[in-house]
Order: sequence, then structure tokens, then C-alpha cells
Amino acid sequence: MLTMFRWIVWRDLTLAWRRRADVLSTLFFFVIVVSLFPLGIGPESQLLRSIAPGVVWVAALLASMLSLSRVFENDYHDGTLEQMLLTPQPLFLVVLGKVLAQWLVSEVPLALIAPLLGVQFDLEPHTLWILFISLLIGTPILSLIGSIGAALTLGLRGGGVLIAVLILPLYVPVLIFGAGAVDASITGGNIQANIYLLAAFFLLALVFSPWATSAALRISLE
Amino acid sequence: MNLYKYASPTAFYPLAGKMIPWFAVAAALLFVAGLYVGFFVAPTDFQQGDAYRIMFIHVPAAWMGMLLYVLMAFYAAIGWAFNARLASMMASSISITGALFTLISLVTGSLWGKPTWGTWWVWDARMTSTLILLFLYIGFISLQSAIDEPRRADRAGAVLAVVGVINVPIIYFSVQWWNTLHQGATIRILNKPTIAPPMLAALLIMLAACWLYSIAVVLVRLRYIILEREQNAARVAAMAV
Repeated sequence: MLTMFRWIVWRDLTLAWRRRADVLSTLFFFVIVVSLFPLGIGPESQLLRSIAPGVVWVAALLASMLSLSRVFENDYHDGTLEQMLLTPQPLFLVVLGKVLAQWLVSEVPLALIAPLLGVQFDLEPHTLWILFISLLIGTPILSLIGSIGAALTLGLRGGGVLIAVLILPLYVPVLIFGAGAVDASITGGNIQANIYLLAAFFLLALVFSPWATSAALRISLE
Repeated sequence: MNLYKYASPTAFYPLAGKMIPWFAVAAALLFVAGLYVGFFVAPTDFQQGDAYRIMFIHVPAAWMGMLLYVLMAFYAAIGWAFNARLASMMASSISITGALFTLISLVTGSLWGKPTWGTWWVWDARMTSTLILLFLYIGFISLQSAIDEPRRADRAGAVLAVVGVINVPIIYFSVQWWNTLHQGATIRILNKPTIAPPMLAALLIMLAACWLYSIAVVLVRLRYIILEREQNAARVAAMAV
């Protein structure tokens, strides 16, 4: 079973490495969106500092939308996904492996570059650190919940936009706790509470969402 | 009498047709009664004047919006688990009415907000979570309409609705948490404890009217869905004439 899991993760990582442009374009999308906000709002550093947590987090949600629509898409089109469904190994593991690979490829780079973007918004080093931590805990939730939407919209016309409509409302708690933690470190609020709630939500998503994704995959591939 | 036979869309179709007039008439009567009590019997509020009377549609609409989401998820899950076509059709039918009530509660809420709070919109916990509820409805409806094959649409919708129902409490509490943290405009929607009996009566009558209206409309829409989907079944073809 674990061999299968490792194989899936390794395969998806290899595929992503061979198609680096896709991964990089998501990352640049994130960077560009975040950098557009000061242009739209104005260079006032006090204002920018207070909106920074929300801006970075919202941009991360949008960027993860872009990469999520690709999680199952290619495997679906060339028939690999159907073969994976037929394997005796639990589908749960296949889903978890693909989600883990997606997170490593598309979300971890966001978390790594976010502190750099935070510097643009004149955040304190301590806050940058919290931003990184909150993204590191929060982005797996985005991948897990988002994979449900990716599985549901598999092969539908306008899948990319549809997945955003389905999934973004479900991201609300992640956004609130994630941006809340960063915000708390600026205003002196309770950082830990937000991080713990984010972690709790992560565990919940880890248990439930691969199950929902497997069900959705079965429905989509019927 | 075997009630289970009504789980078949073709058997339920004529039954629904017989029930609709009863629910529709009862809903109309209760709406008239509720509006009469609400406008003429219920006293003017000493703080808000007559503006509060929009509550008689606002509050039932908000309740219906929430309840119908749970009901929709329930039917969708039944349809998915037991492969019951009628339950899935019921879920699709409810989703539109639920979205409509949620929208009504948002619109009436902001109309009420203008004279009492002086603003159309406040990022208050309840309004925000109602807005997100509307988004969840929209997600469900757009997913179902994007899928051409009806059974896949039913099941995909069921997964989304069940995930949504698990998420609704989390969203609600996170929004509340967010709201208290930000400490923006802390406005309580109503200082509830003392509500005059005629006000309460009007509210309950309107709630009952909204329920009956929902049942009638959901059944009407359900009949259309049955006609559309089962058009190849000979008995439905005969009914449609």
C-alpha cells in the first residue's frame, strides 16, 4: 500500500518537474496578484501593512485554484486515472498521494515566497515568520478541499471557473484563521488560537476530504 | 397502502399534482393572515417605528434559507445513498427555492439596515454567513447545471451538498470569531427578549406561509423535472398530454 502511495507521489513530482512552466506560472500569478494591490490602493505603508495578511492569503487561495484544476485533469484525459481506480489499493491513498504531490509542487513554493512579498508590504520579521507558518499549515487544507472540487468538475466544460465557484466559499474558514493569525501578530492579538484552529481544520480536512474526493472521482468516471 | 410506491417519479407525479393546490391555497391564506396581523395588529416598535415590519418577511426568509439547505443536502444524500431518483430530483428542486429565500433575506436585510443602522450592508456575522450560504447554493446549482448527464449531476451535487453541510457550522463559527476579532460595527440585529405577542404571532404565521409556499413551489418544479427527465417513460408521456 505504501509503495503505491510513494509511487504516486514520486510520479506526480516527476511529471511536474518535466512541466516546470505550469508550476512557475502559478507562482508568478501569486506574486503578480499580490504586487498589484499596492498599485490599486496606493503606497501608504500603514494601510498596506494592515491589508497585507488578507491580500497575501486571498492571492494564495486564487493561485491554488489555478493549480488545483490540473490535479486530475491530465490523468483523466490519458486514461491513467481510470486504471488507478481499478487497482486493488484503496482510492483514498491514491487521492492522498496526488494531493500531497500537488501541495509540494504548487503550494509550498507559495509559502516560501510569501515572506518576500510580505517585505514589500513592510511587515516585521516576526510577522513574516507567522505568515510563513500559517501558509504552511493552511495550504494543505486548500489542496485537500480543492481536490474535491477538482474531482467533481472533471471533464466538464468551464471546469476551471466552476471549481472556483464551488470551492472558494468552502475556503472561508481557512482564510479567516490564516489571515487572522498574521493579523494577530501585527495587532498583538492571539496568534496561537488562530494557528491551533487552522491545525484543527487541517486534521478534519485530512480525514474527510480524501474520502469525499474518492467518492467524487468514482461519480465522475462512471 | 404501500407508501413506497410513491418513491417512483412516475407514481409521485400525479400525487404531487393533487397536493399542489392545497399547499398553494393554504400558503396564500396564511400570507394574507400573516401580513394582516403584521401590518395592522402588531404594535409600532418604540425604537424602530414601522421599519421593523420588514422583519415579518426577513426573518422567515432567513430561516427558510438555512433549513432548506439542510433539507436539500438530506434529500441529495438519500438520493445518492439509496439510488433514489426522486430524492435527487427533490434536492435539485429545493436548491432554487432555498437560494431564492437566502437572496430575499439578504435584500430585505439590507433594506431594513438602511433606516435602522444607516447603512445598506454591515459585515456582521449573520449577514456574512448568509452571504456565504448563498454562494454555497450557487455552487450547487452551477455544478448541477454544468453536468449534462442527470444521474452524474445528482451524485456530484450530493457530494458537494454533504461537504457543504459539514462546512456550514465551521463557516458560521469562523465568521463569528472573525467578526468579534475585528470589532467593527457591533450591532445586534434585534434586542430579542421582549417581543410583543402579536409580533410573534405574525412571525410564526409568516413562517408557516413560507413553508407551505416552499412545498408548493418545490413540488411544481419537481413535476417539471420529472417530465424532463423521464420523458422516455411511456406513462410520463401520457401524463404530459
